Amino acid sequence: MSLEHVDEYRDRKAIGALVHAIEREATKPWTLMEVCGGQTHSIVRYGLDQLLPDTIELVHGPGCPVCVTPIGMIDRALELAARPEVIFCTFGDMLRVPGSSEDLYHVKARGGDVRIVYSPLDAVELAATEPAREVVFFAIGFETTAPANAMAVAMAEKRGLGNFSILASHVLVPPAIEALLSAPDNRVQGFLAAGHVCAVMGSAEYEPLARRYRVPIVITGFEPLELLSGILACVRQLEAGEAKVDNAYARFVRSAGNPHAIAMLRRVFEVAPQTWRGLGEIPASGLILRSAFARFDATKRFSSDIGVVPEDPECQSGDILRGRLKPAACTAFGTRCTPENPLGAPMVSNEGACAAYFRYRGLTPTT
Amino acid sequence: MTLPSCPLPLPDSLDEDALVTLAHGGGGRLMRRLIEDVFAAEFDNQWMREGHDGAILEALPGRPVLTTDSFVVSPLFFPGGDIGELAVCGTVNDLAMCGATPRYLTTGFVIEEGFSIADLRRVVRSMARAAASAGVQIVTGDTKVVERGKADGLFINTAGLGFVRDGEETRPSRVEVGDAILVSGDVGRHGVAVLAAREGLGLETDLLSDCAPVAGAARALIDAGIEVHCMRDLTRGGLATALVELATSVDLCLSIDETKVPVIGAVRGAAELLGLDPLYVANEGRFVAIVRGADAERCLEVLASEAQAASRDALTPFAPALIGEVRQAPAGRVLATTTTGAERLLGMLSGEQLPRIC
Repeated sequence: MSLEHVDEYRDRKAIGALVHAIEREATKPWTLMEVCGGQTHSIVRYGLDQLLPDTIELVHGPGCPVCVTPIGMIDRALELAARPEVIFCTFGDMLRVPGSSEDLYHVKARGGDVRIVYSPLDAVELAATEPAREVVFFAIGFETTAPANAMAVAMAEKRGLGNFSILASHVLVPPAIEALLSAPDNRVQGFLAAGHVCAVMGSAEYEPLARRYRVPIVITGFEPLELLSGILACVRQLEAGEAKVDNAYARFVRSAGNPHAIAMLRRVFEVAPQTWRGLGEIPASGLILRSAFARFDATKRFSSDIGVVPEDPECQSGDILRGRLKPAACTAFGTRCTPENPLGAPMVSNEGACAAYFRYRGLTPTT
Repeated sequence: MTLPSCPLPLPDSLDEDALVTLAHGGGGRLMRRLIEDVFAAEFDNQWMREGHDGAILEALPGRPVLTTDSFVVSPLFFPGGDIGELAVCGTVNDLAMCGATPRYLTTGFVIEEGFSIADLRRVVRSMARAAASAGVQIVTGDTKVVERGKADGLFINTAGLGFVRDGEETRPSRVEVGDAILVSGDVGRHGVAVLAAREGLGLETDLLSDCAPVAGAARALIDAGIEVHCMRDLTRGGLATALVELATSVDLCLSIDETKVPVIGAVRGAAELLGLDPLYVANEGRFVAIVRGADAERCLEVLASEAQAASRDALTPFAPALIGEVRQAPAGRVLATTTTGAERLLGMLSGEQLPRIC
């Protein structure tokens, strides 16, 4: 990775110039939503929301895969991880996410074989080297992680591994944007779409949304300069009364996306209704394994008594994920809900909005 | 270190292919052989040779300073160091941070059954080497062997004794508003080197851990007449955690410019990839010095000349830096000015940093 390249996207002068341009061009108040939790963290970490003029309000979207995974699915993961024959593989992010009674750290402490992996292919490799154990990979994420998870399943099939399965909780961005836009109390006027999701899926699937709901959707990156460029592009459209898909992340995103990744994803997964934490069930918003790959589905491989699990009633993650509530305005923020004792996933995920506010701003204003 | 005085003949010298067994911890001949062959041979000094229950030491001028630390690291051998070097440097550095000259160490080994004697010898040798370079003597120790699965190969504890001269104690209560905050070199190397050495990450880098004693540099600051108010070595949790702990104890604001914190390219690249904040990545050979504001420039010069002498990684410079200052408010907080000019709060992480999903 060329780091000079990264530095260009954090240059103080260039950032100042963009903030100034946004200030000049925004003649009235606009409410924009950055969809992805990675963008939220960048905004809060670099204080971009504090640099912007009062006319621009940023609300934080549902794009944190850890946060939107329903609590019942976390409980299912905990149950699997506790089984003696199972090696439960997960990305590090999931360890601290609370289920209804505990988290994966606790299951591990009581003897569950929980391992952090950096790629789903590592879990496939583990299944090959541990034929007497059952290896389950916790496949969560948006369109960004789905192709690699699909590849893991395809590899396991090719290698004839009978002891590998995935616990899949995959979600898709466009249906979530549509769910937000069609809510009667929606106040989001423009979207900063997640650049990495579009690098995989392309930008074309956002066109119908922009047209139908008359809303600008700007594909945006994660560095300070990219975020501000996305905001400026969005403001320009709003001021001009336009509503189209614009690509402010052209260094990575092509209209058709990455055809190889999409083909792999479609070969293994099919679109299905999906329950989102805080947002409820959204039609055609998730990915499940196709029937040809059903034997790699951990929910089919292992029986479970876990049914529908209610969320903690005090956790307002639904309003947080819909952008209706800022983390610091939640009555439990920093008191009954902290990273050590979270009520919900947004407080512990690396992409959670509550975690971003707690980590970078603390409990009181810092300046 | 206790040596059994049984007059039975000793078994033959330890085979390099041999493994540590429970018998090595049993207090008999095998244990004696292990201690004599591996430990006493490397930590050769008057106290080890005496083989008494404890080491009877000489008092040095100044007040005694005592510290202890236990070391568990996976993998045990990583680019640029191993658990033995860490166990010496960590404790020596803790003494140095109090303004003390480190003098004596004790060590305790918990060895997992099946551990290779050759690896044990490697670890002990690097402890001896690190102790010699830090000017300390390892004067007594203890060995236990536990069943397979009860320890991750090897755990080491060290305790250290040093002496601080009157008026040279460095401690949080001496920190004042207007003091300068400096870091002795670039941060994050140890954490990334260890992560890269772990199986399964596929992260290829030439990076070496920064693991090193910092007692020389700390001493040099004091000897140069710089008014050093407090020092803190950076370990797990990195620079940010050390600063947060200090801000809490001094109840003042530590304000840094995060763009001034030196981080070399290899560390930044790995941190970007894994979603880690370099300010929270582990170090084992760096420290923060809080000195009288007027001494900042001179402190930087001394740190730079010490860094040059200590640098072993010719690929990348190892740069100390003036990174911030102590302010009155907000008390107990660490603020970092980001590249955008906005300030963010640096807090304590709740646990370890976990790589993100995407």
